[in-house]
Amino acid sequence: MNVFDRAYDDTVRVLDEDGEVVGDVPDLDDDSLVGMYRHMRLARHFDGRAVSLQRQGRMGTYPPLSGQEGAQIGSAYALDDDDWMLPSYREHGAALVHGLPLKQTLLYWMGHEDGNNAPPGVNVFPVAVPIASQVPHATGAAWASKIRGEDDAFICYFGDGATSEGDFHEGINFAGVFDTPTVFFCNNNQWAISVPRERQTRSATLAQKAEAYGIDGVQVDGMDPLAVYSVTAAALEKARDPEDDRPRPTLIEAVQYRFGAHTTADDPTVYRDDDEVERWKRKDPIDRLESYLRDRGVLDDERLAEIESSVEARVADAIDEAESMARPDLRELFEHAYAELPPELERQYETLAALRDDRGDAAFLED
Amino acid sequence: MTDTQNLTLVQAVRDGLHNELREDDDVVVMGQDVGKNGGVFRATEGLFDEFGGDRVIDTPLAESGIVGTAVGMAAMGMRPVPEIQFSGFMYPGFDQIVSHMARFRTRSRGRFTLPMTLRAPYGGGIRAPEHHSESKEAFYAHEAGLKVVIPSTPYEAKGLLAASIRDPDPVIFLEPKLIYRAFREEVPEEPYTVSIGEAATRREGDDVAVFTYGAMTRPTLEAAETLGEEGIECEVVDLRTVSPLDREAIVEAFEKTGRAVVVHEAPKTGGLGGEITAILQEEALLHQEAPIGRVAGFDVPYPLYALEDYYLPSAARIEEGILEAVEF
Repeated sequence: MNVFDRAYDDTVRVLDEDGEVVGDVPDLDDDSLVGMYRHMRLARHFDGRAVSLQRQGRMGTYPPLSGQEGAQIGSAYALDDDDWMLPSYREHGAALVHGLPLKQTLLYWMGHEDGNNAPPGVNVFPVAVPIASQVPHATGAAWASKIRGEDDAFICYFGDGATSEGDFHEGINFAGVFDTPTVFFCNNNQWAISVPRERQTRSATLAQKAEAYGIDGVQVDGMDPLAVYSVTAAALEKARDPEDDRPRPTLIEAVQYRFGAHTTADDPTVYRDDDEVERWKRKDPIDRLESYLRDRGVLDDERLAEIESSVEARVADAIDEAESMARPDLRELFEHAYAELPPELERQYETLAALRDDRGDAAFLED
Repeated sequence: MTDTQNLTLVQAVRDGLHNELREDDDVVVMGQDVGKNGGVFRATEGLFDEFGGDRVIDTPLAESGIVGTAVGMAAMGMRPVPEIQFSGFMYPGFDQIVSHMARFRTRSRGRFTLPMTLRAPYGGGIRAPEHHSESKEAFYAHEAGLKVVIPSTPYEAKGLLAASIRDPDPVIFLEPKLIYRAFREEVPEEPYTVSIGEAATRREGDDVAVFTYGAMTRPTLEAAETLGEEGIECEVVDLRTVSPLDREAIVEAFEKTGRAVVVHEAPKTGGLGGEITAILQEEALLHQEAPIGRVAGFDVPYPLYALEDYYLPSAARIEEGILEAVEF
């Protein structure tokens, strides 16, 4: 049976909350499965370190991802290197899998423009902070690929709150009309800051919104990395190599939970109960995959210890790298505003540079 | 004697909303996270508990929806006070603002009016993420039919907010989040208003008039004090409303000094500085003794925070700008 031929509330699952197999395990070799686990651990550890850097004043406001590793890593593992990713602002784990160095993510949240500059060959768009604004971009980018006869697929991430925005509707409607190779991946983490999923829409599921656009919609357990992988792989395959009677675009609703705050500037205890958080923590995607991999005989204490230390070292190295970057020169304020700096902007730069030379950085900088 | 409370600017906003909700059943507060959460800056803290979810409303995440439904409510005679969480996220609601909020009175020949106040924190300097630091008041000042108010003190924030909510026309009320908690001031507990469209003189001086508003008022006054020690006396005028501008106060301060500098964190090109300069050209050309200076944000996208201290007018840049006008 095609994975998309199911009721919208018939959630796709492979592992249950204890890591027991309840669905079709995707055809992944042991190394890939352990690699997926390693990336989830990496994302979790990175997240904890990033929150702590913010608390220490070493980084600005940061949006944590803990709890969402299953959806991020599982979906990104389904991408080919040539596929494109259009993230929101919380997909540090997904972007990492698709090749964006951790250092870039750190730099972005440390206030460096360079953080948004993915290295050549890494097909990741700049982070989109305004909610749902990347959805039409994903349709347009995929449309360009289709017009040029290329066979890349595009995945676009956004949250449950984004489904209330006009851009969500317009972007997906275009995708339906022009049959673009786009996978719209909704990280439904239940909360748009303090507003619960039920207050965003009266729809029973977010997946069913696909119906209105004439595209496939499917709900998946977002804290089950194997189920997420399977569904995303099927959607990407259909995007790249369309079947006669199926639309190329897909809306995936990955049901999950944000364990932490919306950002480090948010205090979720004001608006949600600890009981609810604890209930969802029992579904932790990392524990589930770990349990499955142990049962499969590909993960033991020794390997876990190795993963743990390598993850810690990798994050520590990335932090060292990012923190060793000097404050960008003030010329960077003006660079890249245009292909060629207009004379008035050149003049503005020169005036500022002259004043800095005259009065020193202390006249500008707070710290 | 009136009882007062010692409040920060954001607390004064909250107090102003509280008073207006209490005084007028037609007032509703609506937006993202304004209810149970009390606002991401706590500007609506406690209002949900006191007035309930029908008057302090958590909406879906949709700026066009927030502004557009507020337009509908206001057309029916309510006084909605929608909040957009950061001014950098107003743009999905921009069509509703310029095509409807600004024009309903005109289009219906006065049949429908929109007594609504759209609040949003604006401006930089708090090491915020991308799109959280812009200062785009000029967009709204450019749009006929809107009033654009920007307070710079707790006392005035409360009084101007009350005046905005009670105003028969739509108001864009931009709150300088850099100084949300920068200082406290005695604020009357009782409701009061501060008139829209009137500037305030923050410092008297005969040598040069410096026009500013919002969060830039403080570094401007700092620069003025520094220059005062060198014998240069600045008249600092806080515009408080950037549309309609208080032409009389602007011209008066200029005629007194013959020199002027405008300070704003918004980009220089197309900013309020150009408009104020034009007013002075129109009304007081013969008093002019030096080119009118502009100390403003640069004409580049607002940078991520590693560079924002260079972007924002600092007291040092303001001093330089004033010296240029004075030494011409």
